[in-house]
Amino acid sequence: MSPHLILRVVSKLLIPMIVVFGFYVQFHGDFGPGGGFQAGVIIAVAVILYALIFGMDEARRAVPPIVVRYGAALGVLIYASVGVATLFMNGAGEPLNFLDYDALHPDQGHHTGQHYGILLVELGVLTTVASVMLAIFYAFAGRVPDIPDEEW
Amino acid sequence: MDHTDLTQYLDYALIAMLLAVGFAIVRLRNLFAVAMLTGVYSLLSAAWFVSLDAVDVAFTEAAVGAGISTVLMLGAMLLTARESEPAGAKRHWAALAVVVAAGAALFFAIPDMPVYGDPNSPANSYVGMDYMTSTPNEIAVPNVVTAVLASYRGYDTFGETVVIFTAALGVMLLLGFGTGRREEDEDEAPGKAKVKAGKAGKKEDKA
Repeated sequence: MSPHLILRVVSKLLIPMIVVFGFYVQFHGDFGPGGGFQAGVIIAVAVILYALIFGMDEARRAVPPIVVRYGAALGVLIYASVGVATLFMNGAGEPLNFLDYDALHPDQGHHTGQHYGILLVELGVLTTVASVMLAIFYAFAGRVPDIPDEEW
Repeated sequence: MDHTDLTQYLDYALIAMLLAVGFAIVRLRNLFAVAMLTGVYSLLSAAWFVSLDAVDVAFTEAAVGAGISTVLMLGAMLLTARESEPAGAKRHWAALAVVVAAGAALFFAIPDMPVYGDPNSPANSYVGMDYMTSTPNEIAVPNVVTAVLASYRGYDTFGETVVIFTAALGVMLLLGFGTGRREEDEDEAPGKAKVKAGKAGKKEDKA
């Protein structure tokens, strides 16, 4: 039934680890190299690997193109709404600034607001980057029905 | 520097490999090999960035350049021929003159560049040092790159996110949504497709 048994078994083991590594890169971005851009690409790569091994139809069933389309816009929306939220959450008398994360949390001593802001903003970047990379991949790979066997 | 830094030989080796891969990409006609070699080129430059202590840039280069770009190149290659047409053996003397002049200007400019790791270089002296000193007090995030990217330069990163979103919009307008319904794409009149392409091109220009 499947001529690529080894590829299938190995990639089934690898794909969850790639996704976990993507989230590690996302949430460890404050301490080491990485952040939303890199994590988004890594998570998109996991789905692309799935599509390459198991076929486009299976990948579309796992991550439907409509999710990808909405995700790309949702990430920008998350980022922008963090900025708008800081406009409304600022204390009385303070100047209102777009993306001024200090307004998100009253604890100025530990810069909790900054940490929340960076976390939320990076989440928006992750959503947009992962969705956009997948959208571009779907747009390219969706034009051929499936990878023909002689291409392997 | 008084003592010779041994890592510079690693840099030379990596740059020599980049040059060799670059020549191979130009000379090869098998598009599969060219797509794979562009991935190798990105991995080599990522290794070089690590050697230059630019870990975040190296990470992005490895993930985007070697990962996504290679897959997209292969995806585009599936839609076209496997071999490129042999280019005509005409010698473009004007192009050669432009390339030689630009290369000579670059070599002429090399002595004006700051030494690698120079603490007084423009990148290290003005606002860069300011970020280094104030990040622990204002953001309290260990990775200064993240602090600059997400907080100090939050506007720029927002703009970048919008640019990425716009890129996806352009690709989707040109190539469709990739939902597997090819009949709709083919039924479209060619004139309609052209209008769409023009719109997407304008968007790219704005970005």
